[in-house]
Amino acid sequence: MTGPGPGEAALSAGWEPVIGLEVHCELRTRTKLFCGCRNAFGDEPNTNVCPVCLGLPGSLPVLNAVAVEFAMRIGMALHCEIRPSLFHRKNYFYPDMPKDYQVSQYDAPINVNGWLELPDGSRVGVERAHMEEDTGKTSHIGGGGRIHDAEHALVDYNRAGVPLVEIVSAPDIRSSSQARLYASELRAILVATGASDGRMEEGSMRVDANVSVRPAGKVELGTRCEIKNLNSLRSLGRAIEFEIERQVTLLESGATVVQQTRHWNEDAGETVALRSKEEAFDYRYFPEPDLVPVVPDAGWQAEVAVALGPMPADRRATLAALVGPAHASEARTDQIATVVELGLDGLVTAAAAGGADAGLALARAANEAAADVDAALRLDTAAFTTLVRMEQEATLSATQAKAVLAAMLESGGDPAEIARAKGFEALEESSLATVVAEVVAAHPDEWQRYVEGEDKLVGFFTGKVMRATENRANGKAVAAELNRLRA
Amino acid sequence: MTRGAPALEIARKVRDGSVSAAEVVEESLAAIDAVDPEVHAFLIVLHDDARSAAADIDRAVAAGEDPGPLAGVPVAVKDNLCTRGVPTTCSSRILEGWRPPYDATVVERLRAAGAIVMGKTNLDEFAMGSSTENSAFGPTRNPHDLTRVPGGSSGGSAAAVAAGLVPLALGSDTGGSIRQPAALCGVVGMKPTYGTVSRYGLIAFASSLDQVGPLTTTVTDSAALFDAIGGQDLRDSTCLERPAPRSVSVLSDGVEGLRVGVLAELVDDVDPAVAGRVREAAEALAAAGAVVEECSVPELRHGLPAYYLLAPAEASSNLARYDGVRYGLRVEADTVEAMNAATRAAGFGAEVKRRIMLGTYALSAGYYDAYYGQAQKVRTLIVEALESAYRRFDALLGATTPTTAFAIGAKIDDPWAMYLSDVCTVPSNLAGHPAISVPFGADDDGLPVGVQVLAPALGEPVLFRVAAVLEDAAPVAAPPKVHAR
Repeated sequence: MTGPGPGEAALSAGWEPVIGLEVHCELRTRTKLFCGCRNAFGDEPNTNVCPVCLGLPGSLPVLNAVAVEFAMRIGMALHCEIRPSLFHRKNYFYPDMPKDYQVSQYDAPINVNGWLELPDGSRVGVERAHMEEDTGKTSHIGGGGRIHDAEHALVDYNRAGVPLVEIVSAPDIRSSSQARLYASELRAILVATGASDGRMEEGSMRVDANVSVRPAGKVELGTRCEIKNLNSLRSLGRAIEFEIERQVTLLESGATVVQQTRHWNEDAGETVALRSKEEAFDYRYFPEPDLVPVVPDAGWQAEVAVALGPMPADRRATLAALVGPAHASEARTDQIATVVELGLDGLVTAAAAGGADAGLALARAANEAAADVDAALRLDTAAFTTLVRMEQEATLSATQAKAVLAAMLESGGDPAEIARAKGFEALEESSLATVVAEVVAAHPDEWQRYVEGEDKLVGFFTGKVMRATENRANGKAVAAELNRLRA
Repeated sequence: MTRGAPALEIARKVRDGSVSAAEVVEESLAAIDAVDPEVHAFLIVLHDDARSAAADIDRAVAAGEDPGPLAGVPVAVKDNLCTRGVPTTCSSRILEGWRPPYDATVVERLRAAGAIVMGKTNLDEFAMGSSTENSAFGPTRNPHDLTRVPGGSSGGSAAAVAAGLVPLALGSDTGGSIRQPAALCGVVGMKPTYGTVSRYGLIAFASSLDQVGPLTTTVTDSAALFDAIGGQDLRDSTCLERPAPRSVSVLSDGVEGLRVGVLAELVDDVDPAVAGRVREAAEALAAAGAVVEECSVPELRHGLPAYYLLAPAEASSNLARYDGVRYGLRVEADTVEAMNAATRAAGFGAEVKRRIMLGTYALSAGYYDAYYGQAQKVRTLIVEALESAYRRFDALLGATTPTTAFAIGAKIDDPWAMYLSDVCTVPSNLAGHPAISVPFGADDDGLPVGVQVLAPALGEPVLFRVAAVLEDAAPVAAPPKVHAR
């Protein structure tokens, strides 16, 4: 179990937070959930619309099979049971919802009873991951853009009908840091499945948090509040912190927590009540009569499973194994996490397979390549492998290798050619011998001790040679030359 | 020349060039212009579009191309079916002026078959009603007696066919909205198996019950129109995956050896005059070689209450989109919520509001199980009971309506009395089964009586065979008083 993170210690002792997260993610399908309109972010308003996603009278939905496959991928990645499922209608009036009902899955979702293991080893249950359609987007114009003073509202229906999967965790989370870890690991999984791009800033991944507190050791759950408008992992953490403290303060003063939906105000750093349970909508769910049940048979499930690549946890394990347990460290773990999250682990595994040192490849991927992820994802793995080997064999110094990698990220190309163009030629053997001879001549005492058998002085001489050659010498070649001179 | 002639006869003449589509269309337009001011079957007549479509057919015939099986046949379309660029109102103020950007699949298929859309017909607002009095644009009158209702909700389509304005019309049937007006107007009206005809472009009333079907003067035309509009449509997920049916070919197969059950529930509680015609129809089938027996499916008595929970429940959701935001009527107000409310208050008529409230209530938290949930169980019971009856019978026979056409205004203030008009027709909608109403004589006032044939899912061939025999055996009835002869 995850312990309190920074900033959590101030919380009143004796209370246990209970947190569950509801995560909506937009699926990266080419078309929308129930029509052939383009599913794209940022297009001109109301250009990706048709009678179906505008809910024009007489139009009918037709389910996008790819969206079902993506939903199954997510379910499989979260160890869910995939079940025959139904769509329901969730009825409420809202101007950016064209039919004034949302087609969603209610009591028969496609994925149920899964779990997600966090990098710290803790496990959070996943109650369900169901499909539904997204709504349009309303912008309020005039009066400073606030809803209540706005002169009018404009609605963009490009997003209406975009496929979503809502992933509902069990109330297994016990701290804001664990919540952040869950959200970040879930995002990595969503990206790994190819089903979503997991971009919180673009709203393609949206998180709501259900938070309650109870006296430590008590089994019975406290009254919960649902917090909305969490647009980043940072907001998620801050909002949960605030909410826990708010509830504990209330309870300690003898007051009660009212079940409500609360809005996170990022600027004020607080949650404010949106509506109470009594004011909650009665959604009048009933089975969507325009669609038939979705029953993915074993064959279809198997096809989807085969297409599913390894998940982040497995990929982290693969990298850790490549680097070797002997080299494990916190820094290494962080590098591995970064590389997997960014999807750059292919570079490292390819480099290792190509004979390069996995630890060095990992460092270059996590530090230098990660600085420009889009370019790094386009990087030729063979060229990357060559670069790491050049550094490892001391054909290039670390500084030089980083410079060559930067050039490769910017415009691609062969590392050897780039190195030549930059004048990073390795020393010829003859000139290396000259430098070694000079260094030996400059340190007669050390040389004498080395000749008498003090082998560890190889390091001393190699360091001097490296400095003299500005790291262009190959360490192994230096050792060989020293050995030759001693013999 | 072609006026009053069955559709297939018109199509044959247009196809062989003995009559032009232009002549057929002019005759139909002249009839509509002469007669419809009295009947008010049409909300809009498409003079120009119809003439231009006729010219296209005539050009195709002249060029030796296949103009389609319904070439040049005038057809009227119920105004809850979308027609591209042509106002589609559902007889509601809330959709007044809205022009769909697309054709309903059935309209597309009609055009592809060479039929010519003459106009859009009147209906009870959003197809909710049994008399066509719930139209925001005034009632339609029964061509047999202008003081009486044509039935509903497809009253405009039934009256247009009965008055000889068009040989074919499309209606929609959610609880009897094709068969009941067909019976009251003395025409043939058929509701297909749920899923055999696309609902794409049919403005939804109750999605799990709605089905588009034909209103015609003859059983042959009914089968031909069903063949033209039926078959899978990928735009409707509830459409069955099966090839388009071919019903016309079985029409002359007769009923020799078919087992027909006379449904007590659809005979005992109806007007004696109507019940008498059903018994005559049963005798006619027996005389034609069918094995006819009395039978009873008591579960059907629960059909009407279940229907009046399920249909409004679905309607309350289907009609939510008329909120003033995107199309149709908008009544301005200070907030979105107030604009929604003002628009809906002004745009919907009393019956539509009643059903939205009923349906909203039936789906509400705390009431769902008692109302919607219970009604779904009844629906399942009715399906099972009918399926069990179809293990003994190939088809069932009963009345289409409890009474013949009633006077305009007689039931408009008594919703329950009006709802009872659907008591014989709702079971087929709940079960998703096909049924047809065939004119079979008249009552003492000379008003048409319809008898109803019911068949199991995908039982259209049997349905049409029985209907054809009944059509041949039907007593000669007086023609409508208002008719374009």
